[in-house]
Amino acid sequence: MNFNKIYALGLRHLYLVMNSFPRVLDLIYWPTVQIFLWGFISKFFTLNSEYYNNTVGVILTAAILYDFLFRASISFNMMFLEEIWSRNFTNLFIAPIKIREIIAALTLTAIIRTLIGLVPAVIIAIPLFGVSVLHLGLPLIFLLIGLYLFGITLGLLVTSGLLRYGPSFENIAWASLFFLAPLGCIYYPIDILPDFLQIIAKGLPLVHIFEEMRNILINNSVNYFNIFKSISISVVYFIFGVIVFYFSYFGAKKRGTLINMGE
Amino acid sequence: MFIKIKNLSKIYNKYLAVDKINFHLEKNKTIGLLGPNGCGKTTTIGMMLGLVTPSSGEILIENKNLNSFGRDEILKRFNFASPYVELPKKLTVRQNLEIYGRLYGIKDLKKRINEISNDLEIKEFFERKTGELSSGQKNRVSLAKSLINKPEILLLDEPTASLDPDIGDFIRGYIQEYKSKNKVTVLLASHNMNEVERLCDSIIMMRKGKIIDKGTCNNLIEKHGRNNLEETFLKLARSKDEF
Repeated sequence: MNFNKIYALGLRHLYLVMNSFPRVLDLIYWPTVQIFLWGFISKFFTLNSEYYNNTVGVILTAAILYDFLFRASISFNMMFLEEIWSRNFTNLFIAPIKIREIIAALTLTAIIRTLIGLVPAVIIAIPLFGVSVLHLGLPLIFLLIGLYLFGITLGLLVTSGLLRYGPSFENIAWASLFFLAPLGCIYYPIDILPDFLQIIAKGLPLVHIFEEMRNILINNSVNYFNIFKSISISVVYFIFGVIVFYFSYFGAKKRGTLINMGE
Repeated sequence: MFIKIKNLSKIYNKYLAVDKINFHLEKNKTIGLLGPNGCGKTTTIGMMLGLVTPSSGEILIENKNLNSFGRDEILKRFNFASPYVELPKKLTVRQNLEIYGRLYGIKDLKKRINEISNDLEIKEFFERKTGELSSGQKNRVSLAKSLINKPEILLLDEPTASLDPDIGDFIRGYIQEYKSKNKVTVLLASHNMNEVERLCDSIIMMRKGKIIDKGTCNNLIEKHGRNNLEETFLKLARSKDEF
């Protein structure tokens, strides 16, 4: 065993981490998110062990809706990453296509990819666990619209990061959704969060969507104002995401990163 | 004058990549952009394609600033090929050409694809995934994509890099033939001096972001007292003077 060679190879990977802030962030990120998410879930079940009694499938429905959000965002990111991985980026950006057309194409295609991934899982849940998201009724459509818009927004923000920082931002693409999971109150009500986090969480559409989902399944009532609020917040975030994307595009043109993207 | 580059500069952070360059492209001529690696060729091409924002200076197309055109309006008149830029690997050759044909808004796309694939002899691997092709085949597909819209301005970045002499010659022959039949202005960045001599009407020599000389191949060889373009290139690339 040659210590120098082991050291050299270790150094190669250390340099890689040290040269890239997104990679450092990625290392810190996962354990922190896991602790937050499972900490709040544990706290909720410790304090409210009977909350979900006789309410079959609330958690599974939440998981399915959360996965819809996850798939929407990842689909958007994946399509952008595919262009980078295949080194097709320059060809795409010199084609006579408007930036808003690129955003529209990714947004609309993401729904197809999302549904391809999700529909089989939704169908499997019916015979296996007796749980169907269709029990949410008509409001399901509105909940999905809110989730989709927010998922696409996260996709836009991540792709903006890819334009700004290049492929090293890729890890953030995978991690973006988990970042919001603890604050999104997917599996537990918002009351479980500390007060200061509740204020932040209310600024996210996820809280309103998942609170409403629980309201429908547990109380058998629908609060359309809550649904309207969640979609409105999602629209605001979406507009913000589009603006950030444009800023990143013009920034990338200034830095010249569009030419060598993928290298 | 078709395209005029006026005092064009690009500074990345504090690094001066292109330094106040001036040149023009006459309609339907082929201009060679030569220079050592890192001399600013790719940045210049990037600025002409709208991929890089110039720090200062102007790019005029028929006396109109490039920025005053809509993105889609101007880019449909351009196209670009480089072995360093690829097409989606998982898509077949036909699928790739179809997608780019649609992006460039080609009417009667089927006919155009047929035409170009016959000319470039890519029909035999038409249904194969682009990622499975050899370098020579990929280059021909890339060239087909770059000609799909019959561009008025074609930018080629080392179109025959890493190709064997046979395929390289085929590509050069095809560009020559295409030029004789179509109206197209070509800016060719290359390190292959034979290619430049064969294809270019005139040459621009760059070094460290600046244009150090320009003229026809023969003029430059004569002016610098060398036997061929390769020797002239070496002299200019290694010299510290401007000419």
